Amino acid sequence: MARRRTDKFRWRHKHLLGLRDLRRGEIEHILDTAEGFEEISTRSIKKAPVLRGKVVVNMFFEDSTRTRNSFTLAANRLSADVIEFTKTASSVSKGETLIDTARNLEAMGIDIVVIRHGAGGAPKLVSRSINACVVNAGDGFNEHPTQALLDVYTIRKVCGGFEGLKVGIVGDIAHSRVARSNIWALSKLGAQVILIGPPTLMPSCVEQLPVRVSYSLDAVLEELDVINMLRIQFERLGGNPFPSVREYSHFFGLTVDRMKRAKPDLVVMHPGPINRGLEIESEVADGPNSVILQQVAHGLAVRMAVLFLVHQAAIEEQREHRQKHRG
Amino acid sequence: MSGKHSILIRGGRLIDPANGVDRQADVLVTDDVVAQIGEVNEPADADRVIDATDRLVVPGLIDLHVHFREPGDEEEETIASGSAAALAGGFTSVVCMPNTKPAIDEATRVEYVHRMGRQARKTFIYVMGAITQGRQGKELAEIGLMAAAGAVGFTDDGMGVQDTAVMLQALKYARMLDALVAQHCQDDTLARGGVMNAGYNATVLGLPGIDPLAEELMLWRDVQLVKKTGTRYHAQHISTAGSVEIIRQAKAEGLPVTCEVTPHHLLLTDNAIAEYDTNFKVNPPLRTNRDIEALKAAIAEGLVDALATDHAPHLKSEKELEFLAAPFGIASLECALGLYVKALVDPGVIGWPELIAMLTHRPARVLRVARGTLGVGDRADITIINPDVEYVIDADRFLSKSRNCPYNGWLARSRVEKTFVAGELRYEAPER
Repeated sequence: MARRRTDKFRWRHKHLLGLRDLRRGEIEHILDTAEGFEEISTRSIKKAPVLRGKVVVNMFFEDSTRTRNSFTLAANRLSADVIEFTKTASSVSKGETLIDTARNLEAMGIDIVVIRHGAGGAPKLVSRSINACVVNAGDGFNEHPTQALLDVYTIRKVCGGFEGLKVGIVGDIAHSRVARSNIWALSKLGAQVILIGPPTLMPSCVEQLPVRVSYSLDAVLEELDVINMLRIQFERLGGNPFPSVREYSHFFGLTVDRMKRAKPDLVVMHPGPINRGLEIESEVADGPNSVILQQVAHGLAVRMAVLFLVHQAAIEEQREHRQKHRG
Repeated sequence: MSGKHSILIRGGRLIDPANGVDRQADVLVTDDVVAQIGEVNEPADADRVIDATDRLVVPGLIDLHVHFREPGDEEEETIASGSAAALAGGFTSVVCMPNTKPAIDEATRVEYVHRMGRQARKTFIYVMGAITQGRQGKELAEIGLMAAAGAVGFTDDGMGVQDTAVMLQALKYARMLDALVAQHCQDDTLARGGVMNAGYNATVLGLPGIDPLAEELMLWRDVQLVKKTGTRYHAQHISTAGSVEIIRQAKAEGLPVTCEVTPHHLLLTDNAIAEYDTNFKVNPPLRTNRDIEALKAAIAEGLVDALATDHAPHLKSEKELEFLAAPFGIASLECALGLYVKALVDPGVIGWPELIAMLTHRPARVLRVARGTLGVGDRADITIINPDVEYVIDADRFLSKSRNCPYNGWLARSRVEKTFVAGELRYEAPER
């Protein structure tokens, strides 16, 4: 496998709960590992045996198609068995609790839990309750680390690096776990993050985050090297953060017109699924600047890397534990 | 039984703020009243003599804000278990909040709480009734009949009365009865869905926040209504610097407005929630250091009438839920005194007499109950405190049924050694 950094680096986290607590070198190590796995996708036999005999459970308490499929395929490519577990979030406070559910699954002998949940911190709660590895596939407004990892992986591929890069994130920052994970990753990697949207979609104390804030897309558009258009998630918007979709698109939509004023090589990203004509016009989403489909492809490599790394860390932990008890 | 029962408490530092007393004095209790204070010659027939050297002898403590969960959630706490915990914390009188299941919103339920309190035979149990039926914030509950049954105040605690017109009616009606109206100030249009203080920490954790303004706006609104009605009004568990300003101004205008502060709003900030530990999930939420400083300054200034635990027991299984789903509340009755000392006496915000005042006659004055003083002829509710002993808070030893205590493992100074209710020794700290 191609590694940019030396093999002396030791990844020690058996969970991936978020990017806020990772160091720059750790994030880079995931990206480097993902490059090795991306190469597997180009082979005729697209499987590696690194998780053979292991069980990954996809615990999804919220709807998801692409993230779930991506994790399932990533686990399959690493030769793991995958259990699909779906539950609606509405039953969270009644009947079986999240901890009960996790402990029950663990009793069946699972190795890695991939969890998506509507409540921020739910993956952390699970990681405290069971011994298996836990990978966060999105928790409330908190983090969506593998999405941000595939975003920065894509940026690194297309732009070559992060120093001096200006990355705009546009839309509902307040309710976006994608934005939070991207803010942590990009700022650690040396890029400058500019959050763009109406004040009603900005979180409290946004000025204390390692970012610049602009309430005008037009005011900063020309500076940007990368623009990440967040999906307007109507189910998350509380109250009345903007008067109408039309007005939102007028001020914050990425239109063909705006593309004319942007840098010619502006990299256009979107975590999907796209609301065509709302946050982004179809012609832009499908145009030459768009890397939206590459993001999806990279997601697979990044998730393979994450599953591989957390599992390695768990093996390492077991080995150290055994040595300690022998010694 | 013939003859009188007497107990002599000898050589302690008697602090009785209502009577301006802070000196070494013996206290002779005969039956259920204080018979003599000063240098007391040991009566030949004293049933018990207690050496209180180096101890504080104070009026039994009063907590005007507890949740004992009965009726409805007896697995979390009962009036018996809660009042046992209260005794261990040095409290001889507590006020139960009406947000039970069903809510205490009519006279027979007030009587039920009183009866369970008498049966438990621990602390004296007072109760507040709901302002509105079912605490729904819509129709007035039978405030008059509940007052006649002994309710000491009215609140929809757990939430505030949102509808301004309903609140105005409640205040006007309560004025007729000269009843106390207490409020959990929180504007739900701002706070709805929030689980912690709105601020940097909520943003970083991706949790919905409760803006300090949600508390301040309702408090400000209520103060304006009180200007109109003249009703006795008590702001429960104020938590923000802005609320302190509103209270300061209301008091300066001479309005009949009082307030209370909890130990957690004096000791903890929203920084504590970094690990999504639900033992720090409480409503009103933990705020910031700036708010703590403002609350302490208000206490030093004498603006705060009472300290109150807002003892809110919850099951472990409930607190093990996701932070969004877990219930609000902290159980702290048994360690409350040590917490107040840590927050207020140790850093020199106030001294012992001021602390005891906020735990005795000042809350009694808010409630208009004849408690919290220790003069000759007063009911012998007495707490004996060892002010200097240090101990580690151990929630596993709580008499409360619940363990949702974020102070577990903290080092605390000062312990309650004995608690007397109506002249009867009802709690004695175990030897450690």
